[in-house]
Amino acid sequence: MSQAKEVLSNPVFKNNPIGLQILGVCSALAVTSNLNTAMVMTMAVIAVTAFSNLFVSIIRNHIPGNVRIICQMTIIASLVIVVDQILKAFAYDVSKQLSVFVGLIITNCIVMGRAEAFAMKNPPGISFMDGIGNGLGYGVVLIFVGFLRELFGAGKLFGYEVLPLINDGGWYMGNGLMLLPPSAFFIIGMFIWLVRTFHKDQVEAPDFELAKNTKKEAV
Amino acid sequence: MEAYISLAVKAIFVENMALAFFLGMCTFLAISKKVQTSLGLGIAVVVVLAITTPVNNLIYNLLLREGALAWAGYPEVDLSFLGYISYIGVIAAMVQILEMFLDKYVPALYNSLGVFLPLITVNCAIMGAALFMVERDYNFGESVVYGVSAGIGWALAITALAGIREKLKYSDVPEGLRGLGITFITVGLMSLGFMSFSGVSL
Repeated sequence: MSQAKEVLSNPVFKNNPIGLQILGVCSALAVTSNLNTAMVMTMAVIAVTAFSNLFVSIIRNHIPGNVRIICQMTIIASLVIVVDQILKAFAYDVSKQLSVFVGLIITNCIVMGRAEAFAMKNPPGISFMDGIGNGLGYGVVLIFVGFLRELFGAGKLFGYEVLPLINDGGWYMGNGLMLLPPSAFFIIGMFIWLVRTFHKDQVEAPDFELAKNTKKEAV
Repeated sequence: MEAYISLAVKAIFVENMALAFFLGMCTFLAISKKVQTSLGLGIAVVVVLAITTPVNNLIYNLLLREGALAWAGYPEVDLSFLGYISYIGVIAAMVQILEMFLDKYVPALYNSLGVFLPLITVNCAIMGAALFMVERDYNFGESVVYGVSAGIGWALAITALAGIREKLKYSDVPEGLRGLGITFITVGLMSLGFMSFSGVSL
């Protein structure tokens, strides 16, 4: 049981797929301009990662080594098709907003990476948990970024007004930068900084150490 | 002709794959430490995009779209839900064929690109181009131009980022931001720069 808990909670902060392993960044940036799409995307990714891990793990002993990538790809692509059809049926507006990014879950490195690194070596139950954990780790970053961007950019959360904008007779001046794509990079950069301040072991070694005698004198 | 040039400029600068849509970010961030290797990867992406986008366009228009199977006697069949799995299959197969072809006939190029070719299968930019091509309903000619220029835009962006990172490694970055963090912020600034192209149209 404790192993399941560890597998579930580790990827969220300690070994975050976006923050540490640089996996699945593509979609993390494009769908976060509001919380609604970020939420739906998170759920889609959790579902796909968990089930692809489960299925890959079930047939892991029957896949020949040299065609494993194609096998994993087929499983993942089929799952994404299912998710896409469900979204189109029950949440058509959101699926229009997400446009091509639902399809891009196929090439999301988190799904592939976990199938290859974890599900190929572990039994189905624990692989399923690992999929949920990594999906959650991805979701935490997505929701964090989406929360900041929607709150400070549009003064809203989930489309409901929180900070009344000046344009609508309120007091808050919307920060236009937050709604533009580059802000997602800045926020994720800051998020990584924040996480690494608490988990010192994640700090990367510098390419070059500054020589001792060039250190700045105290001013 | 004019429409094609306009489409090319739009795909390279205004709607840059990496900096406006954030596609292919994983490889973009991971393999941009040296200009030489990023240039190699960039060229590989251009080649793969130039082949797969038109091929996927043909598959979509001749087999998958609603009414496309009319020539086979099934005018009411709509297979577009099979899109994702066919595109990724085409991409994986094309990359594999390209790898074998280069290995046999152009070994010099194969040796310089070899390492990156398998990586390209899971590059979101390739898949993204196929999906955008379908969503925007490009015809065959447009899909050729779009594939090539989207690749050039991506190659341009990764080479530029590698140039910046080569200089950046000599600077004294705060501990927590080292490596990945500062790269994200650099890409953000680059993306702001590229936004100045929006509004350019021919």
